[in-house]
Amino acid sequence: MPAAVVDFVGLYNYWIVIFLAMAGLYIVIARGNLIKKLVGLNVFQASVFILYISFGKVTGGTAPILAKGIETYSNPLPHVLILTAIVVGVATTALGLALVVRIRQEYGTIEEDDIHSQDESM
Amino acid sequence: MLSAHLPALIIVIPLMAAPLCILLRGKDQAFGVALLATWASFACACFITVRVLAEGTISYEMGGWAPPFGIELRIDALSAYILLIVSGIGSVVAPYSRSSLLLEYVEERSYMFYSAFLLCLCGLMGVVVTGDAFNLFVFLEISSLSSYVLIALGFDRRALTASYQYLIMGTIGATFIVISIGLLYQATGTLNMADIAKRLPAHGYDRTVIAAFGFLLVGAGLKIALFPLHQWLPNAYTFAPSTVTAFLAATATKVSVYILLRFMFTVFGVEFSFGTLPTAVPLMVLAVLAMFIPSIVACFQTNVKRILAYSSVAQIGYMILGVSFVSVTGLTAGILHLFNHALMKGGLFLVLGAIIYRIGSCHIDKMAGLAKRMPWTMAAFVGGGLSLIGIPLTAGFVSKWYLILAALEKGWWYVAILIVASSLIAVIYVWRVVESAYFRELPEEFADVAEAPLSLLVPAWVLVAANFYFGVDTSLSVGMAELAAKALMGAG
Repeated sequence: MPAAVVDFVGLYNYWIVIFLAMAGLYIVIARGNLIKKLVGLNVFQASVFILYISFGKVTGGTAPILAKGIETYSNPLPHVLILTAIVVGVATTALGLALVVRIRQEYGTIEEDDIHSQDESM
Repeated sequence: MLSAHLPALIIVIPLMAAPLCILLRGKDQAFGVALLATWASFACACFITVRVLAEGTISYEMGGWAPPFGIELRIDALSAYILLIVSGIGSVVAPYSRSSLLLEYVEERSYMFYSAFLLCLCGLMGVVVTGDAFNLFVFLEISSLSSYVLIALGFDRRALTASYQYLIMGTIGATFIVISIGLLYQATGTLNMADIAKRLPAHGYDRTVIAAFGFLLVGAGLKIALFPLHQWLPNAYTFAPSTVTAFLAATATKVSVYILLRFMFTVFGVEFSFGTLPTAVPLMVLAVLAMFIPSIVACFQTNVKRILAYSSVAQIGYMILGVSFVSVTGLTAGILHLFNHALMKGGLFLVLGAIIYRIGSCHIDKMAGLAKRMPWTMAAFVGGGLSLIGIPLTAGFVSKWYLILAALEKGWWYVAILIVASSLIAVIYVWRVVESAYFRELPEEFADVAEAPLSLLVPAWVLVAANFYFGVDTSLSVGMAELAAKALMGAG
């Protein structure tokens, strides 16, 4: 196989990261539905989780658990960081959804355009 | 004994007080706890400042784990300065919140407000004291999440959409900062900011580091509301409860500017941020655009809160302009304006809260002739407005003076002219309010409006008076800003 292809395939999890990040941001920008925007935001955050976990991987390394006969471990630090980031992400999503519930109670809709036209007509 | 643990205490006190508010439930108890916690934090900040000025940078090992493996709290002149701003504004706003909230929020649930307020304070101060990059992100999210809650408490339903919009933009900004921190970790293998700074030159400034820098600039730019990334700010400030607007306008964007300064100057280093990469010129262009476009937009608004919100975006332009000079004088001006802008905007938004308390609105036409009924309130507005414009003997003048000095030092006289010209736009929007309140007829419906209660007037006047005090005696404000600027420039 040519070197370029090997490089490309070898970095496949980074390509996934870039694809997810762009897809997530696109949903946030292009969709008018408030729930869908939050989904996009989650996809975007998930891409960052994968980014961190990808560079925690040590080639040939195994899960970072102390055991006999195993010398190489993956770096556990990014995993721990991402646990924290996941918690932050869950909190953000929960708060976002709570806001959407309140918006729906007040406006009767969760479509950005409808909310906007209601505000304009006031 | 206790003084050794001050850097930890300053974040632990509000963090512990926040759940206490929820447990106590009563509105008086929660208010008492919040007041004590914010004042205790302010006292800690004062002690820390004295220590930093006497002994230099304080390093505190969290839980006794030595850095770079453990989390280090690290307070230098810049951190101490921002701590003073945040905790100072917090302790002025806390007593104000009691009366202001009665009107704008359901009284029985005010303990939830205090809890979110204390968490926000804790997050903002945590960002400033920590020496660990990932820890900084966690504190940033603590402050952001609680500020989304605080904004959503506004009584207008548009507060909800404003909060939602801020949540989306803020989360994207914070996630960009995490990506940047991750890339830096990948390059250097450490998360301690001082350690990253030490290892980066050896690692070399490859594409990973350049990408990290780009992500950081955009992420922090979103959080700062740097023009043109400011779309979330006007609505959020307009529809949030007055107390919240005053607190956030005076602290949240300042802490974000701190993040930008800390990373650009301490972590990446001046050499790389401004020498290798052409950051200064684009920053300056954005800063100048921010000084003009939002100011002009502000002139056409009718809601006074919104006028001041757009003006905030413009003032952020001055801070970034100071940074983009990449000189000790320029940085001093930028950092000084963080302090002075907190005083003037905090004061002005508190005044608006007092007006809303009495007449239920801060629409410019509703305020017609109000100076006859609320002379002290409107006088405070004029005082804050003068500082915003930058009239001599006010704090606003001092920061603009240093900005112009920095511009002339570089020989860029046209930038100095732009600074003066943009201040003239501030005259227009401040004058529109003054003209309405002083020179128009009072409508019938407000004929018997009373002066705002003292619990609202005193905090507002404290901040307005501080504007005049720091316009004359600049030894503390300029002295510390200069110290911080020298440290930042020297670190490169």
